[in-house]
Amino acid sequence: MLVLAVTVFVLAVFIGFEIITKVPPTLHTPLMSGSNAISGITLIGAIVSTRTDNPQLATILAVAAVAFAMINVVGGYLVTHRMLAMFKKKKG
Amino acid sequence: MEHAYLIDIGWVDLAYLVASVLFILGIKGMTHPRTAVRGNLLSAWGMLLAVVTALLANGLSYQWILLGAVIGGAIGAFAAVRVQMTQMPEMVALFNGFGGVASVLVAGAAFVAAADPGLQTTIAAGLSGLIGAVTFSGSLIAFLKLAEKMPSGSLGFPGIKAFNALLGLAALAGVAWLAVDPSSMLAYWLIVAAACVLGVTLTIPIGGADMPVVISLLNSYSGLAAAATGFVLMNNVLIISGSLVGASGIILTRIMCKAMNRSLGNVLFAEFGGAASGPAADDVYGGKVKSTSPAEVAMMLDGVQRVLIVPGYGMAVAQAQHVVRDLANLLESRGAVVEYGIHPVAGRMPGHMNVLLAEADIPYDKLREMDDINNEIAQVDVCFVIGANDTVNPVARTDPKSPIAGMPIIDVDKARTVVVVKRSLSPGFAGIPNPLFAADNCLMMFGDGKKALVELVAALKEG
Repeated sequence: MLVLAVTVFVLAVFIGFEIITKVPPTLHTPLMSGSNAISGITLIGAIVSTRTDNPQLATILAVAAVAFAMINVVGGYLVTHRMLAMFKKKKG
Repeated sequence: MEHAYLIDIGWVDLAYLVASVLFILGIKGMTHPRTAVRGNLLSAWGMLLAVVTALLANGLSYQWILLGAVIGGAIGAFAAVRVQMTQMPEMVALFNGFGGVASVLVAGAAFVAAADPGLQTTIAAGLSGLIGAVTFSGSLIAFLKLAEKMPSGSLGFPGIKAFNALLGLAALAGVAWLAVDPSSMLAYWLIVAAACVLGVTLTIPIGGADMPVVISLLNSYSGLAAAATGFVLMNNVLIISGSLVGASGIILTRIMCKAMNRSLGNVLFAEFGGAASGPAADDVYGGKVKSTSPAEVAMMLDGVQRVLIVPGYGMAVAQAQHVVRDLANLLESRGAVVEYGIHPVAGRMPGHMNVLLAEADIPYDKLREMDDINNEIAQVDVCFVIGANDTVNPVARTDPKSPIAGMPIIDVDKARTVVVVKRSLSPGFAGIPNPLFAADNCLMMFGDGKKALVELVAALKEG
């Protein structure tokens, strides 16, 4: 199991390097705010940690995590969209 | 960790795979401004799919999830709508920190919930807590420095490096303690506490000019913390997304370091040299600086073919980007080609200047990268330098003993005529004089960037 997870990790890092080196400097700020949103993926971990049969402390921690991760997901995607909408090509 | 799902477990993993693919395609969309909006939407769809999939797990406390989601969602939406484009570095720094603290909390919750955590879970949880907490407190410091709510210069105390090394070792010892005694919740919170202090003491010595490097690095850490959480929960979508963010942050960190000709170690651990060496300002400028007026520059612009505008963060501070666009439009209507030369560290975070210019409706295809424009700079008739200093200082090329020696610059001194719009001859972040201002082909248009350019536009319209 662990080896498989490490495999996934290493391959994903390589894919990341391959595509992100192709992102032009013009889009580096939206790339960063977009990756803020993607790092909100901990939301998934937070959601599955709210299981009712867990100790109450786990639920409290998980709910706080849901809130922080949601800030990143909602705020990250929205502000990235706002920025990208401003990038326009020369008219005509 | 076993989870019972309403639907067959195979489908859950498949849905997470699809979400991961959407994240990758989303980032791929970011490789061109034309496809970037779609890419961001793809990524958001991936997130929605992953969240819905997670919500299908059995026995969740939906009311609590809803509470957290509503609070977080509202704060996130409010921040995204209200933030000024000049404040993007602060926002990204803060969000890096939220990513870090979310990982700390999820790893903590998983640890509390696990009846008998195995070695892998404990080590992964310990690392997740460690990286997440450093990211959290380090990002808060970066945020405070960028928002100028604390002094942006280098702070510290004697022996801070030894202190950091000891603290780092203590946190790692905590991870080892967890591995030996997986039932010890105390060890987990000690790691988090030590890492929180470490995040602060690692970030306070780093000066304001180096913040683009720091927020890129913390961006990467927030991804690595999420990936570590993925190892705690053995969840592939967390591992994949976390490593994508980790890779992105590392790449941007490298680009920023290269643009300042510094190594990462030098940015993170070096005390930036106190008094800058090299010639005094009087020796460089003495009697050689030529000052000009908007009316004079307007006459000079009569019939020019090629104009280059090199903006620095000072332009954004003066809110001059809109009048810069007006100037460019006016010159273009008279047949000149106007382009912009963007140094990678022109703003306060990677790509920041590009966003500030895009906000002023300046088309992205007029923005030229440093290396690209340097090849053609000798054909530029008039080059405007607005609010930039160190990034156009020819000393970087000529004086190997200068603090900015070897830093790549935009070679504006090679343009036929340079007009520098600046309040005074005061130095930039590097604290050294700029011989460009005394060069034969350089004219200084002293004054507030916005005011001077408004006068120039007016003079052009009259002339």
